[in-house]
Amino acid sequence: MDDTTAGPSGTPARAHRAGEAAAAAPDTAGPDATGPRATGPRAGGPDATGTGARNPGAHSPEAAGRGAPVGRRVVLGMLGLGAVGVAVGGAVQGKIDNVLASVSAEDPTGVTGLLPGGGGFRFYSVSDSIPHRGEADYRLTVGGLVDKPATYTLADLRALPQTRLVRDVQCVTGWRVPKTAFSGVLLSTLLEHAGVQRKGVALRFNCFDGVYTESLTLGQARRPDMLVALTMNDKPVTAAHGGPVRLYAAPMYFYKSAKWLSGIVVTDEVQPGYWEHYGYDVDGWVGKSNGRNDDPTS
Amino acid sequence: MTWTDGSASRMAAMMTRLHESRAVTGVRRFTRAESWVHRSLTAIMGVCAFTAACLYFPPLAEIVGRRRLVVTVHEWSGIALPVPILAGLVSRAFRADAGRLGRFFPHDWRWLRAAARTRRREPALAGKFNAGQKLYAAFTVGAVLVMIGTGLIMWFPRLSPLFWRTGATFVHDWLALAVGLVIAGHVWFAAKDPEARRGLRTGYVPRWWAREEHPLWQAEPPEPEKEPSEP
Repeated sequence: MDDTTAGPSGTPARAHRAGEAAAAAPDTAGPDATGPRATGPRAGGPDATGTGARNPGAHSPEAAGRGAPVGRRVVLGMLGLGAVGVAVGGAVQGKIDNVLASVSAEDPTGVTGLLPGGGGFRFYSVSDSIPHRGEADYRLTVGGLVDKPATYTLADLRALPQTRLVRDVQCVTGWRVPKTAFSGVLLSTLLEHAGVQRKGVALRFNCFDGVYTESLTLGQARRPDMLVALTMNDKPVTAAHGGPVRLYAAPMYFYKSAKWLSGIVVTDEVQPGYWEHYGYDVDGWVGKSNGRNDDPTS
Repeated sequence: MTWTDGSASRMAAMMTRLHESRAVTGVRRFTRAESWVHRSLTAIMGVCAFTAACLYFPPLAEIVGRRRLVVTVHEWSGIALPVPILAGLVSRAFRADAGRLGRFFPHDWRWLRAAARTRRREPALAGKFNAGQKLYAAFTVGAVLVMIGTGLIMWFPRLSPLFWRTGATFVHDWLALAVGLVIAGHVWFAAKDPEARRGLRTGYVPRWWAREEHPLWQAEPPEPEKEPSEP
């Protein structure tokens, strides 16, 4: 398509009919003959200067009068690009992640953190606001099928042996944050102190956002990479990240690492957690569940 | 009954006056059906974009929370985006304008070249819609379809392999950014042109505005079905 094709008003008669047709309702006046075309030098401008009027005989499909179906081409082109993007997206995003990681390391504005793949942690919460508890009002209860139910304050938890783990964090939605440090009390330590009864099979985790729940089997919970975490990257876990105390289930997708942990209940069966009611796997091993094949994190 | 009749006729008289005054001062640009298509599409797109932002930007996510609800609203508003457009196809005026938006004429290519060269709109080269508006419309349709396609892949993760889902997430995320920027431009242009906004609100635009901004409006070949009988 170029200037040599016939202009839209190649013939005055057609232009005139078109002008009337442009008025959608017959009872309203369109920009009629006394309107744009007849008044003002501008109206005549494009046709006077454009080559369309000079060369009305040139033929292309568009010259037939309906124009080029550019809209359709754009839409089809975008659909094609979208399909290509789906096909190569994984590889491309991987490269972008690497670039963004190095850029955002030196980006004081944090703008790169807003780009896809550029931001490390994303904030996910199913409750209506970020709950806050601190030194004075935080309590962790351990109960259910145990011999010695207990309630821990933050100070109590800090007084127990601390374990520090540095692993990648992998979200089931795809993002991964490399080399994140968590430290806190091993779940197995708390279970030992509580004395799990013979009937106990699994753990249910309650959260003080009042909504979220999670679960682990006793076998999973006793692994040496299952933490009740007090710090993240060597600072107290912030409220947005689930502080002051969150679960850190290192070998599993991050939805298993319940934020705002307030209760551990030993149960006689696995009670699926919040997202697991909506189709997520109860046994959320990284790379071996939820139909994903990410590299293991632990 | 008399009261009803009286008020109805008063209303009719008022509408006639309103109609006449607009017919005298303005040019019909959009029908009510078209205004409603735009209005409902705006509302649904607003919900869809806002929930997207709440899922995506950590500061907003922290304020809003309620992730499952937000996800549900986002999914359903996204899937509902084509509804106003499909419903609009019932309207002949909407179909005609969709046809106008979808087709390029020589002046549209010149408009694009001028815009690329001077970074300005050249109103003299605009029909009822200028080339930028035509591209915007096509982009919107394409983007909605691609977003729905990739969104469905993520909505029902069990139906597709991980490979697709990663790719779909890639397309969905980056296209979302592009859509955000393009919509911001759309709103920016609208904000600068009260007459264009009035055209969508009331259906009418002033004659001078049509003359200045869309001088080729009447020069565009009509849809065949819109060919009026010659007087």
